[in-house]
Amino acid sequence: MSATVSSTAAAIADAVNTKARSARDVTDAMLAHVDAVDDRVGAYLTRLHDLARAQADAVDARIAAGEKLPLAGVPLAVKDNMCLTGTRTTCGSKILENWVAPYTNTAVARMLEAGAIPIGKANLDEFAMGSSCENSALGVTRNPYDLDCVPGGSSGGSAAAVAANEAAIGLGSDTGGSIREPAAFCNLVGFKPTYGRISRYGLIAFASSLDQIGPFARTVEDAALAYDVMAGHDPMDSTSIDRAVESTADHLRTDLHGLKVGLVREFDTAGLGGEIDAVYKKAYADLEALGAEIVEVGLPSAKYGLATYYLIAPAECSSNLARFDGVRYGLRVDANDVGAMYEATRAAGFGPEVKRRILIGTYALSSGYYDAYYVRAQKARTLIAQDFVKAFASCDLIACPAASSAAFPFDSKSDPYSMYLMDYYTIPMSLAGLPAISVPCGWVKASSGSEPMPMGLQLTSPIFSERLLLGAAHAYERATNHAALRGPSVGAPA
Amino acid sequence: MTQYEAVIGIECHVELKTESKMFCGCPNAFGGEPNTQVCPVCLALPGALPVANEVAIAHMIRAGLAFDAEIPAFSKFDRKNYFYPDMPKDYQISQFDMPLTQGGVVKYWLEDGTMKECRLTRIHLEEDTGKSSHAGSGDGRIAGSTHSLVDFNRAGVPLMECVSEPDIRSAKEAVGYLEALKRTFVQLGVSDVKMEEGSLRCDANVSIRPVGQAEYGTKAEIKNMNSFRSVERAIESEIARQIGIVESGGRVIQETRGWDEVHGTTHSMRSKEQAHDYRYFPDPDLVPMEVSRDLVERIRSGMPEVPWKRFERYRAEYRINALQATQLLDDGPLAAYFDAAVAASGNPQQSLNFVLGDLSRLANESGTAVGDSKVTPALLAELIGLLETKTINSKIAKEVIDRTWQSGESPKAIVEREGLAQTSDSGAIEKFVDDVLAANPKVVEEYRGGKTGVAGFLVGQVMKASQGKANPAMVQELLKKKLG
Repeated sequence: MSATVSSTAAAIADAVNTKARSARDVTDAMLAHVDAVDDRVGAYLTRLHDLARAQADAVDARIAAGEKLPLAGVPLAVKDNMCLTGTRTTCGSKILENWVAPYTNTAVARMLEAGAIPIGKANLDEFAMGSSCENSALGVTRNPYDLDCVPGGSSGGSAAAVAANEAAIGLGSDTGGSIREPAAFCNLVGFKPTYGRISRYGLIAFASSLDQIGPFARTVEDAALAYDVMAGHDPMDSTSIDRAVESTADHLRTDLHGLKVGLVREFDTAGLGGEIDAVYKKAYADLEALGAEIVEVGLPSAKYGLATYYLIAPAECSSNLARFDGVRYGLRVDANDVGAMYEATRAAGFGPEVKRRILIGTYALSSGYYDAYYVRAQKARTLIAQDFVKAFASCDLIACPAASSAAFPFDSKSDPYSMYLMDYYTIPMSLAGLPAISVPCGWVKASSGSEPMPMGLQLTSPIFSERLLLGAAHAYERATNHAALRGPSVGAPA
Repeated sequence: MTQYEAVIGIECHVELKTESKMFCGCPNAFGGEPNTQVCPVCLALPGALPVANEVAIAHMIRAGLAFDAEIPAFSKFDRKNYFYPDMPKDYQISQFDMPLTQGGVVKYWLEDGTMKECRLTRIHLEEDTGKSSHAGSGDGRIAGSTHSLVDFNRAGVPLMECVSEPDIRSAKEAVGYLEALKRTFVQLGVSDVKMEEGSLRCDANVSIRPVGQAEYGTKAEIKNMNSFRSVERAIESEIARQIGIVESGGRVIQETRGWDEVHGTTHSMRSKEQAHDYRYFPDPDLVPMEVSRDLVERIRSGMPEVPWKRFERYRAEYRINALQATQLLDDGPLAAYFDAAVAASGNPQQSLNFVLGDLSRLANESGTAVGDSKVTPALLAELIGLLETKTINSKIAKEVIDRTWQSGESPKAIVEREGLAQTSDSGAIEKFVDDVLAANPKVVEEYRGGKTGVAGFLVGQVMKASQGKANPAMVQELLKKKLG
């Protein structure tokens, strides 16, 4: 039975659609696996046994009635900032610890409609603010490849779930790298589509102009299958793009002939250490060996990415998180008047990183500072986006690291800034709204004797070019197969 | 003694008339059990997103065009951030620096027909809040209450804020301005403007200065005015208060003052908080709006003539007095009926007489609007035609219109069938006159004795004898001759 938990989504859907296995059978096996391993991994904040079985039975009924479903019976981990009717939806925060969503996020609804089975709600940095999952107020998630290391963040629970075979697909949200970095840390494919491709309706907002839902998977093909199901206009989200979606899973490539891949002059990896540098040098050489023409491109404004991001994202979050006031739902700490109730509720309900960002954002939007901070950050954002437009005039794709290191041990990044630096390579694409993917590209050892830990290659391409991007990532994955070097320490098939 | 003039600007919030709320599909309806017209979006549940109501945006363009405002090609929504329990997101989606309409002029008139103008600063679109009520204090006030209740049915209702320039100089002008807004918005279908339901709420900024002084005085903002009458009273009271202060050597301070309807005075409202920093920024959940010139022209071409233009037309072309023109214009459909009747009959004076006279009377009696009655403008024109050709006299016309109102039958048909056409047969009329003179020798004597006022009585008797059909002019002429 254990072989089923590590099967790809494509293989599971095929088995269920051809009635070789029932969705219920796949689901029962998966729930048993989760119950066996998740106490050690901590991927899930809530396990959805009943809902999963009910959905599996419904999928089996549809299959019996002759339907073919693209994700029939595929076990799904849902980041706990996405609403799913009747489930606790916490954002990893005390302020929503017991809040049960009365409606369902559009992307999740589309996954369920396509036959996926919701196994659980996955841990995250509180309100998706963090790069290690350590900012969750509700639980610790460990990296299945080394339980002493973080899984990355903010979508650390979804990444750990897929890495430990506790789901075939994980849903994450990526604001500045929150899918790509944990994917790199957990030996997974992590894909952030073009901003606006997948509806945000029912995704609890961190920074509205940056948040984008995307899949974690163990193969590019699986990520493409999930993307094809979720992408497309949603009338409930004004920022979702009303434009035809090109399917991707049926257009995966096996070579890169005819494509130009840009290497970013400003993203020299020599400073990341010899071992990491070697991983990326090898990755770029492999791209060339697959037929790509390698060119150098410049992103001169990318160095302002971090500073820009840490004004825009907190500004938006300071406003988005205002609604958590104790009046209508979630935590309320009573006090003598409404103002004191707000203060007591928010003081008790939000963790330190969330408070830090609300304060930064409130400051950046304040009268007298708005022009100097928020407006200038928006200008810098435009410059960064223009850099990419110029770069894509001379290449089809850009390749660079997904994170500046492999997964690190818990409590090793105590000052916020060193944590923020983890997203140095992913933030510029977020600011430009570009599709970007992280694919396993090699392994590094933290020290001699320790197990090697995975690294991710980030590929990015112009907006709406998901088909090209996923196709190229697939060619690289097939040719290199880095993910197969070793399985997780916890959750590997017996 | 120093003469003072008031300087007044008015901010109005007007709820727009739409099927659904501004950013979700919940009904935009007044009343309802608390918290029954709500959804994840207007309750600001985690993860919910706004989608702008296009009907509300079209209403804004309509409102702007009515006052010759500029409709910029680009507009956007901004977030106005502040915490308030009846505002679910703890920010209000509003418009900061790129409203849907900029500038414009409200032309209005006073009772005597004098035209006035008040420039608009802007009209912008935003969403309404919910309503709080306070329990446990016995009187609904927050002081002494044990808890508060919030009803979110109104949260997210589309609201336009009309901000005027300080061009208003008296309480009467303020009312004229507000009446013009109301008339215009109702007739454009933009809002029902029911002050009693809170669909129009206004604040007035009032200051005074010596006549001839260019600089403005220090203003007070007056709130809690719940009717046009209370606006007038509140502003008058505030002007008097400020003049009193200045005359006695004091200085007016800038503050917010509440109107007290019972005592007829304004009182300082202690401001609970310091000046707000609303931290406006563009709402990232809503994409900027491109307002195409096509859309603006489409909306413009579908708009009825705006009330102030009609007013000027009625005054200039038809010589209608200000009171009657206002009567017509306060009822948009009635004015439209009047225009149709004039077009059909070519007789504005008679049309006006019937519309404000018999037809309004019949409408009041029956509860059916003139425009919805069986007396179509064409039938009214037919009746006016019968009067013009002197086929019937005005007394008969009154009878005929009553019958047409009931049955919808053509006035001509009624007159023909019932033989109501007035008679101009001098032989027949002479017979009636002779009979009446013979029957009233005393009155004839009085007349001849110099009491010519009794002629009216005799005319009436002749008309009665003829069952109203005698040509009144001929009756008078014959009587005069015979009594001569």
